[in-house]
Amino acid sequence: MTELTNLTVAQIRDGHRAGDFSAVEVAEAFSANVAGAKALNAFIVETPEHALEAAKQADADRAAGTLKPLSGVPIGMKDLFCTNGVQTTAASHMLEGFIPRYESTVSQKLWDAGAGMLGKLNLDQFAMGSSNETSYFGNVISPWRRKDGGNAALAPGGSSGGSSTAIAARLCPAATGTDTGGSIRQPAAFTGISGIKPTYGRCSRWGIVAFASSLDQAGPMARDVRDCAIMLENMAGFDAKDATSLNLPVPNWEAALSSDLKGKTVGIPKEYRLEGIDPDIDAMWEAGIAMLKDAGAAVVEISLPHTKYALPAYYIIAPAEASSNLARYDGVRYGLRDLPAKDSSGGGAGLQDMYAATRAEGFGPEVKRRIMIGTYVLSAGFYDAYYTQAQKVRTLIARDFEQAFGSCDVILAPTAPSAAFGLGEKMADPLAMYLNDVFAVPASLAGLPAMSVPAALNREGLPLGLQIIGKAFDEQSVLNAGLALEERSGFTARAEKWW
Amino acid sequence: MSDYRIKGETGEWEVVIGLEVHAQITTNAKLFSGAATAFGAEPNTQVSLVDAAMPGMLPVPNRECIRQAVRTGMAIEAQINRWSRFDRKNYFYADLPQGYQISQLYHPLVGEGSITVEADEKAGIPEAKVIGVERIHVEQDAGKLMHDQHPTMSYVDLNRSGVALMEIVSKPDMRSPAEAGAYVRKLRAILRYVGSCDGNMEEGSMRADVNVSVRRPGDEFGTRTETKNVNSVRFVMAVIEGEAKRQVELIESGGTVVQETRLYDPDRNETRSMRSKEDAHDYRYFPDPDLLPLELDDEFLVECRESLPELPDAKRDRYLALGISPYNADVLTAEVEAARWFDTLLDAGAKPVAAANWVTSELFGALNRMGRDLTDSPVSPQQAAELLGLVADGTISGTIAKQVFEKMLESGDGAAEIVERDGLKQTSDTGAIEAEIAKILTANADKVEQYKGGKEALFGFFVGQTMKAMQGKANPQVVNELLKKALG
Repeated sequence: MTELTNLTVAQIRDGHRAGDFSAVEVAEAFSANVAGAKALNAFIVETPEHALEAAKQADADRAAGTLKPLSGVPIGMKDLFCTNGVQTTAASHMLEGFIPRYESTVSQKLWDAGAGMLGKLNLDQFAMGSSNETSYFGNVISPWRRKDGGNAALAPGGSSGGSSTAIAARLCPAATGTDTGGSIRQPAAFTGISGIKPTYGRCSRWGIVAFASSLDQAGPMARDVRDCAIMLENMAGFDAKDATSLNLPVPNWEAALSSDLKGKTVGIPKEYRLEGIDPDIDAMWEAGIAMLKDAGAAVVEISLPHTKYALPAYYIIAPAEASSNLARYDGVRYGLRDLPAKDSSGGGAGLQDMYAATRAEGFGPEVKRRIMIGTYVLSAGFYDAYYTQAQKVRTLIARDFEQAFGSCDVILAPTAPSAAFGLGEKMADPLAMYLNDVFAVPASLAGLPAMSVPAALNREGLPLGLQIIGKAFDEQSVLNAGLALEERSGFTARAEKWW
Repeated sequence: MSDYRIKGETGEWEVVIGLEVHAQITTNAKLFSGAATAFGAEPNTQVSLVDAAMPGMLPVPNRECIRQAVRTGMAIEAQINRWSRFDRKNYFYADLPQGYQISQLYHPLVGEGSITVEADEKAGIPEAKVIGVERIHVEQDAGKLMHDQHPTMSYVDLNRSGVALMEIVSKPDMRSPAEAGAYVRKLRAILRYVGSCDGNMEEGSMRADVNVSVRRPGDEFGTRTETKNVNSVRFVMAVIEGEAKRQVELIESGGTVVQETRLYDPDRNETRSMRSKEDAHDYRYFPDPDLLPLELDDEFLVECRESLPELPDAKRDRYLALGISPYNADVLTAEVEAARWFDTLLDAGAKPVAAANWVTSELFGALNRMGRDLTDSPVSPQQAAELLGLVADGTISGTIAKQVFEKMLESGDGAAEIVERDGLKQTSDTGAIEAEIAKILTANADKVEQYKGGKEALFGFFVGQTMKAMQGKANPQVVNELLKKALG
């Protein structure tokens, strides 16, 4: 029998249905992998009992003939999703020990579909970061290593770095991610897996710790395109509890998967051809173009003229929203409370002292940096120069895409400008870190579906990802193009186990 | 024009007043959560996960709150904005779980409208005046801090957190405490007619921020102060009076008024400074990214308009057209319950003028004595209509009607039944009346002489005697006619 932890979601689902193995065996196999991978620090909380419980139910359901779409599939849950009775921290000290008494809509849908939870996955604190180094619970380490023989620890990408690592290291077959400005796609690219950020509003944000409300979007991360489609079908759907939720039926994406791109046109944005870009990235992009042509697609050059303003606009809008969204962490009702002792003069610590101490203690440096940027850009006298301008840029970027989609169905671009970098390499320079999201951010600002699929290894032996951006609501074309790349790239590389 | 002036040492000053009234929208659920809104519940029993701002919780607008605000806007003839948006007002306080209040700064739901206050000579409002309303927007209320529960800590009650408020912002159109008082009363009446707010100022479901400045008559506006959360009409008027005087004294003694927020202390009847403009918060308003813009369609707007009841001004005009006196029309339309009661009385067939007089004097007098109000009146409009009908058709006199009404209040019996049982029907039997008149004239021959000698005032005496002899049951008109004939 093949090793169960090497199976994809579809293979586990189908094999379990066929009676090749029990769900309990699957859950136990993955839980064993999780337990044996502490060195990767992918999980903040492990919940083998939850996975086992769901597995027993799946086995019972199989016997009763009442299998559900994800029966027998254990998954990882990014620790940004509130889970009833299980600590939810957003990788912050602020929420350390916080146990919600409610379940996020997306996680509830997955449990309802029969999935089980292996644990809560590490991430950048409040999803702010591109390397997973801002987590209060320590950085995740990528399972990948450069083939130069050095053992430099590499970043798994961020913010969904626990998710990317856990999948790449076979600790779970699939996981949830969230993407605000690339947090699903960039870590997927760094670790040689797939991930899709659907159209804004496809997945309910209810119960997901908010970073930037107008950009935050949940999506799946998995080993291949089919698994992403299966997962997304069971995460998406209208939710009356989220006013920005899309009231549209959820398509049967898996059933409609097709790598035949005849009649489709792929746009190549000329503004994404950055000066001095890594030649490996460029080569992968060229290869990707050839693969899509091979799948029957026509290829045209398109222009997204406002691309260069996307990153600055993003780093105004996202921090502005974050500065307000994170105001609720004040020590009053839940989470960390740091009440300074009375001073020597006998003066009592007041409300302001509690706020200051709690937030100073509870937030990490990157979170504080973004709260301060956001507070600054929203303040009187600067609002128009920053926030209003950024919103205008956002509108222009959305219009760029609309115009481009007049002449193409999907857009192909690199996911990130480089392969995984070493842990610590960019922490001293926030701007260099932010630049990592340069290709991911425009689709986020426009609310468009976008996916990363592994396409090649660079000369250091590290995976690189190609990004497909689609029209709003057209996840199907994105998935199909992704499948065409997946079939042709023949990407089977995986990190060798060292942990 | 108001001639209200503050007489300072250096001359006269005019007062300029604008009001921001916060009115709690009458709904079962909060503005963005499904939690209940009952007043006086145990602390923290009406709090949803959204109201407590738990991680990942999201606001969803409550349609009924929007509907009530739109209906209120329509009731003051205001512009209804089909496209509006919610903004976040960011500040830290323990009664504000989200760290921001969801409000509407940039694009309010309701634009300009107006409210007319009626002339009231006695109060110093010589003629009716139109007060402009700048806007109405909807927003969340905050929770409540309790400082008296623990020696060193404050407690937080979030029951009110997230409750829907309308903020109704007037233009600086008022010029006297009386005008401001009349404006608040009229606004309250409209809200209660519409049913969008219960107007209960004691329970805090309606409260006003009072903006006051002074100037030489005709000059530019002076610097204003804002006194927060004033919760009665009387206090609003007191704040204006006190604050205007304070400002005049300050300016005349060489000082300048600073733009600041003040608090009113009803016990000492004075305001004190809370914070000046320099310490004012920078609220960092920006559009709430959790909420889409609010777009109203035709169907919604039509329903809002069609569901509006007849409003105070229209009702007053209708009463005036029926011949009811302006005073009675004002009294009957001031409170929605009275107006409804009176309309039911008219529907039951009562004659308007007589009914209005009877309600404002007899009924209100009786309720006053009993310490009751219309909502628990022992007499229903139908019963009252029956009583008034008996007077109108001559079955009983006005005097007997008072007796019958007293008996109705005591027994709860119907007017006709009482009249029948107690034999109170008035008589127009000329024979019986003539017989009594003859007796009276004979017994008072001297007075008859005086009357015939020109002392016509004695006619009333003969009427009284006759009515007395008839035990009040004689038709007064018939008595008059027969007496005139007999005294020829």
